[in-house]
Amino acid sequence: MFRKLHDPGAEGVTIYIDGEAVAAEAGESLATVMLRQPKAWTRTTPVSGSPRAPYCLMGVCFDCLAEVDGIASVQTCLTPVTAGMRVARQHGRRVLSA
Amino acid sequence: MSAIDLLIVGAGPAGMAAAVAARRHGLSVLVVDDQPAPGGQIWRAVETVAATPRGARLGAAYRGGAERTATFRACGASYEPGSQLWQIEPGFRAFLTRAGKARTVTAKAIILATGAQERPTPFPGWTLPGVLTVGAAQILLKTADTVPAQPVWIAGSGPLPLLYMTQLLAAGGKIAGFLDTTPRGRVRAALPHLPRAVSGLGDLAKGLAWTWALKRAGVAVIRHVTELAADGDGKLQTLRYRTEDGRADAVPAEVLLVHEGVVPSIHAPLALGCAVEWHPLQQCYVPKLDAWGETSQAGIFVAGDGAGIGGAEAAELRGGLAGLRAAVTVGGLAEAAAEAEARPLRRRLARALALRPFLDTLFAPRPQAFAPADATIVCRCEEITAGEIRARAALGRPGPNQLKAFTRAGMGPCQGRQCGYTVMHLVAAAQQRPVGEVGFYRVRPPLKPVTLGELASLDETAP
Repeated sequence: MFRKLHDPGAEGVTIYIDGEAVAAEAGESLATVMLRQPKAWTRTTPVSGSPRAPYCLMGVCFDCLAEVDGIASVQTCLTPVTAGMRVARQHGRRVLSA
Repeated sequence: MSAIDLLIVGAGPAGMAAAVAARRHGLSVLVVDDQPAPGGQIWRAVETVAATPRGARLGAAYRGGAERTATFRACGASYEPGSQLWQIEPGFRAFLTRAGKARTVTAKAIILATGAQERPTPFPGWTLPGVLTVGAAQILLKTADTVPAQPVWIAGSGPLPLLYMTQLLAAGGKIAGFLDTTPRGRVRAALPHLPRAVSGLGDLAKGLAWTWALKRAGVAVIRHVTELAADGDGKLQTLRYRTEDGRADAVPAEVLLVHEGVVPSIHAPLALGCAVEWHPLQQCYVPKLDAWGETSQAGIFVAGDGAGIGGAEAAELRGGLAGLRAAVTVGGLAEAAAEAEARPLRRRLARALALRPFLDTLFAPRPQAFAPADATIVCRCEEITAGEIRARAALGRPGPNQLKAFTRAGMGPCQGRQCGYTVMHLVAAAQQRPVGEVGFYRVRPPLKPVTLGELASLDETAP
């Protein structure tokens, strides 16, 4: 739903969203990168399971949460991307892993 | 644990100016901010963007931030970006998290320069992916040169949508239409405030220039929009709207940007027990402050838009005043010297705020913004509807805190930052009380979610 106006060139990095390699620019927020994907949502809610995408981009709505490098419920709008970052969309309520 | 004279929370116009003032008088200063670079929302990413073509498109007011961040960087304050403040204990002991590690800092005075957030105004479908705030889109443009891929719908009221639309057009973006939610008759209501606003005529001219630029570009404007609704299967697909005179339409949409003004960030002052008062014109709580920005809690200051919406110029001046006062109470600066330095700042502050009553009246939120239909989600985190709040509010006479316990509204990760004012208005309407008397949620630490791992890392001693 969003597009970048310039080619990052030397600043380009690759991150992984649900295992898929995605192009990003070093230093931009992870939420920005998510909004450029065909699937822009980062999580489904623990209450009704409805999808949510970044909404405020400034850290006050907590809708852009995702799992980043193994840590759940990270505010992706406050997280600058780094090369090789591994991101997973979150699905509903958390469950205890076996 | 480190000990300093002054802790400043926020590195926007107010926080940076406060740091510069306090450093000039020799205080040891730590500035923490949750963003990766100084400048606040208005000057987001200005250090890297100002000198680029993107900086040129964003305008002179934006590029001017580069000079401020340079002065701030050189002032000698310690600066820790990417930090979240989540608790302040008396004394003062502040708890911070940065890069997954928590620590405490003691400070003799604290300036909260945490700015503002866009006023949440619920409508059906506002939680769908594809619905964002105008401020969010502007952040995407400033920080990442990123714009809506398709012609975008914009809905709301206030200077920001006008500014963003001109910036978006300059960047080559496309606008499907602007749904102006400013009610009929607002210009006439605001005009009596104009004589007092003469010193703000420059800003007024800027606003008119944006309006003309949009007209020249042929942007479709639909005026006096009262109702919005977003529909779609898992994402925004259709936007519906209705105007004051009953005109209704449904249009295909991929992205809708909304903006109905801004309100101060008051979670930190509330958590610290600082007294607040209702601001009827700005429809929000503001901290009770003295002429220096000191709150009802001695040693705690609020500066910038967190003190009441005043814009970037006022924020810098308020920051300077708070920094000076901190230098008196903590650093032994003579009262008379501080007063002499403050005098020109106060004069400029009065000028910077002169246009505010005009803008506040012109862009006061439409009444429908506070009275969403029963099926509309009010609390985005816990997915509580307006109908649930209304039904509960009519039984007995509960306030927002009881409703929080009954329904979980305000109990999610955003801690009521999105639903607080809507719940207040629903309670006021259901109980026929003035909204300012209803009160806000009790805000408790931690102010931001903290992981167990972060807690466990508190004050680990270096090996």
